[in-house]
Amino acid sequence: MIKSNCTDFRQGNWNSKIDVRDFIQNNYSPYWGDESFLAAPSERTTKVWDICKKLIIIEIEKGVLDIETKRVSGINQFGPGYIDKKNEVIMGLQTDAPLKRIINPYGGIRMVTDALKSYGYEMDEDLLQVFTEYRKTHNQGVFDAYTQEIKGFRSAGLLTGLPDAYGRGRIIGDYRRVALYGIDVLIDQKRMDSEGITGPMTEEIIRQREEVSEQIRALQAMKKMALQYGIDIAQPASNACEAVQFLYFAYLAGVKENNGAAMSLGRCSTFLDIYLEKDMEKGLLTEEEAQELIDQFVIKLRLVRQLRTPEYNELFAGDPNWITEVIGGVGEDGRPLVTKTSFRFLHTLTNLGPAPEPNMTVLWSEHLPKPFKRYCSKMSILTDSIQYENDDLMRPLYGDDYGIACCVSAMQIGQQMQFFGARCNLAKALLYAVNGGVDEKSGELVLNGIEKIDDEVLGYDKVRDNYNKVLEHVARVYVDAINIIHYMHDKYAYESGLMALYDTRVKRLTAFGVAGLSVVADSLSAIKHAKVSPIIENGIAVDFIIEGDYPKYGNDDDRVDNIAIEILKKFQGELEKHQLYREAKATLSILTISSNVVYGKKTGATPDGRKNGEPFAPGANPMHGRDSKGALASLNTVAKLPYKCVCEDGISNTFSIVPQALGKDDEAKINNLIAILEGYFQMGGHHLNVNVLNKEMLREAMEHPDRYPTLTIRVSGYAVHFNRLSREQQLEVIARTFHEKMAG
Amino acid sequence: MRGRIHSLESMGLMDGPGIRFVVFMQGCKLRCAYCHNPDTWDLQGGSEMEPRELMDRILRYIPYFKASGGGVTFSGGEPLLQSEFLLEMLKLCRAAGIHTALDTAGVGNGRYKEILELTDLVILDLKHSTAQGYKDLTGLDISVLEPFVQTLADSTADVWIRHVVVPGITDSSEHIIRMKDMIRRILNVAKVELIPYHSLGENKYTELGYSYRLAGVEPLSSEQLKILEALLKEGSNEAGF
Repeated sequence: MIKSNCTDFRQGNWNSKIDVRDFIQNNYSPYWGDESFLAAPSERTTKVWDICKKLIIIEIEKGVLDIETKRVSGINQFGPGYIDKKNEVIMGLQTDAPLKRIINPYGGIRMVTDALKSYGYEMDEDLLQVFTEYRKTHNQGVFDAYTQEIKGFRSAGLLTGLPDAYGRGRIIGDYRRVALYGIDVLIDQKRMDSEGITGPMTEEIIRQREEVSEQIRALQAMKKMALQYGIDIAQPASNACEAVQFLYFAYLAGVKENNGAAMSLGRCSTFLDIYLEKDMEKGLLTEEEAQELIDQFVIKLRLVRQLRTPEYNELFAGDPNWITEVIGGVGEDGRPLVTKTSFRFLHTLTNLGPAPEPNMTVLWSEHLPKPFKRYCSKMSILTDSIQYENDDLMRPLYGDDYGIACCVSAMQIGQQMQFFGARCNLAKALLYAVNGGVDEKSGELVLNGIEKIDDEVLGYDKVRDNYNKVLEHVARVYVDAINIIHYMHDKYAYESGLMALYDTRVKRLTAFGVAGLSVVADSLSAIKHAKVSPIIENGIAVDFIIEGDYPKYGNDDDRVDNIAIEILKKFQGELEKHQLYREAKATLSILTISSNVVYGKKTGATPDGRKNGEPFAPGANPMHGRDSKGALASLNTVAKLPYKCVCEDGISNTFSIVPQALGKDDEAKINNLIAILEGYFQMGGHHLNVNVLNKEMLREAMEHPDRYPTLTIRVSGYAVHFNRLSREQQLEVIARTFHEKMAG
Repeated sequence: MRGRIHSLESMGLMDGPGIRFVVFMQGCKLRCAYCHNPDTWDLQGGSEMEPRELMDRILRYIPYFKASGGGVTFSGGEPLLQSEFLLEMLKLCRAAGIHTALDTAGVGNGRYKEILELTDLVILDLKHSTAQGYKDLTGLDISVLEPFVQTLADSTADVWIRHVVVPGITDSSEHIIRMKDMIRRILNVAKVELIPYHSLGENKYTELGYSYRLAGVEPLSSEQLKILEALLKEGSNEAGF
């Protein structure tokens, strides 16, 4: 049924149905060697990147470089744009100029007008009228349906970061399909799928038919968008340059159409390697040219922008897009999925300098080739731009062609999508258990039916019982909110360009999240093992006196680590009790992005001794400075948290170590970091951000940002330019535990 | 039986090969002027632990040991002062196939032969090369070292020698040459490390209310360290000794 005009490749199932994985498995060659083959940037690349660097510096000063205010988001809404046309080998920008941002009012018009205002722009009057009088937005739909209870949870900050005013993201189109099959085949397939979706016309069936029609229109728009650059993507790519270009156009369509929080790339490098190696084999491409294609592709990814409000930036620091690309991993047949292009991708960190995007994510397995492990370790030490995730843990659940959306969320490419569910504040929920559902900041009753605890000394069993009740209510209201959000998102801001690159029968995951896990574990441990007395003002516990010591999360101590595990199991169990929109499966993450600062700000003093307003630790990290038994004890604690069946949306851990503590010389540092990763993942750890840097350097970068223009650090599931963090966020990063003990 | 433990460090990267789980044992009889862990001196301090309990913690790090060629290092304080507990730990580690290192100044309370039979690597901190120097630096007579060095000289354990170079106290050429003679007595010396003096431990003395005898002594310069290292290497075997 599917005809590919490229006879260069080994045939397989991919020729009779859309199956990119099958194409990869039949055609890729694992690479077992080291990085010595890599090439420096081409002259053209350097020229293009130099222009971009200058623009980025201006952008950081101004906040945004420019905004297109006359047109709204869409796959083919903008004319072609160039950086330096004669030197670009990969074409295409979101708008007609680099770093010019798109307005996307489908998520919500107020978000757009606020964002414009904060950067000194104004909304076009006609457009404003369209999106206020004639065209309803996702945000309006959500607020039409929100209950008082949900609104109460939301404004108290018990639920935060809900995607109810902008794109939900965390949907990864299989961008490779455009390169492998060409648009026309994809359209034919969707037409056939549509013919198979027939009555009885229930709401779901009607909706599916409408969605597939939208997808076909999106594919047609992609083709037209590419033609504006003089490139026809109707047919499959016939060489390496076309493969990279077509794939990029497919991704570009996604970020022209959508402003999802995370717009991840998927798993492209090994797919592209097949084309690059084929051209090199034929003598059509040199190593420098192969690297040039990857470098210029990555330059384009580094220029992706969305228009955000200052509040959004406070929550998700550093203007991130989570253009996550997974690299490496091992196939189900045991062959590593590491190719030369895995190296070429990471090598962009050398050729173009360190940067947060794309979000380089190495899928770690003990079976990865040794030279690749060494190279990753070396690049981590040099650039702090890589995160690692446990392929041996995820492969049994997702197979060997999954990607990571955002930071830690695994999904099968082209088959699974996610309804992103932000996160709830577990620490605040614990205070509700003490204060009888009254918010400790506003003094308002947010949750009914919880009895207040007014004992002089808090008793563990009583607090735990109450906390369980609070968690049950939180799970219920949280599910309600997320169901509403995704119903309205599908209705008013459907991502047809992304979903067109999915199988028509898509599997859905609803990803809930928690913040403040280490605060809660330590608080309950303090109540259990020390003596905790609340200080009551106006009937609310405003602070706590702790007498005696207690086991602290982050020291590989089961007495407290088990409390954290119990809470996660309880909460996931509660989520599973409720019906989810479109029969999705509930998953849970422990991930705060950089919003641990905002969560902390909105949360009163907690029974672990954390003061009112103090930041939480990021993700699943122990609280700053409480992990006193060294780096590995801290890692072992986080590795205990159960991934399978409990936290299948991921467990984020950020590890910072000073260079001198990692080893005496470069060789020792590389080997020690490999051993840390091997050990952590064998212990069951899921994710690790690695930073090898000094606090002094960060302090200096705060004072003299100009001296550190490319300083990149990993925060929680992604990397940021240190200079783009707010001062508050910078201080929090510096306050984190930096493992620096040099025993002996 | 219980051991007195000062603290545990799950990621030691300087005290033996690979990644080490370091057990800082409580108590030491030496009062080295530059000691950066004076909080480990008190023989009655620290917290008590059963061997099994400590072993359960150590077992959690086997994947890191395997990936790095690491293991456990017993340090302190002076691990040899708790010979019974140490022996029990060494037996448990050997049974579990875990590499062991003993970071010691060699001043304990006997059973050295049994201990050394169960130890894979000894990191011996030699303090000074003369009787007077040793007494001034540590407060004890140099003869306290003899039983351990004698036993070590005849054992098959690998040995690393460490020596802290303090300006004005252990930085003369004559001293380094005498050190070489001391070291030659011991078989299996695979490595000799000169550690430049640093004053990072000083604030601990203030916290503990102890006086710091090296106040005002500057850290050793890296140039001087290189000169002494070259002197040490002169005429030595391939391993550095």
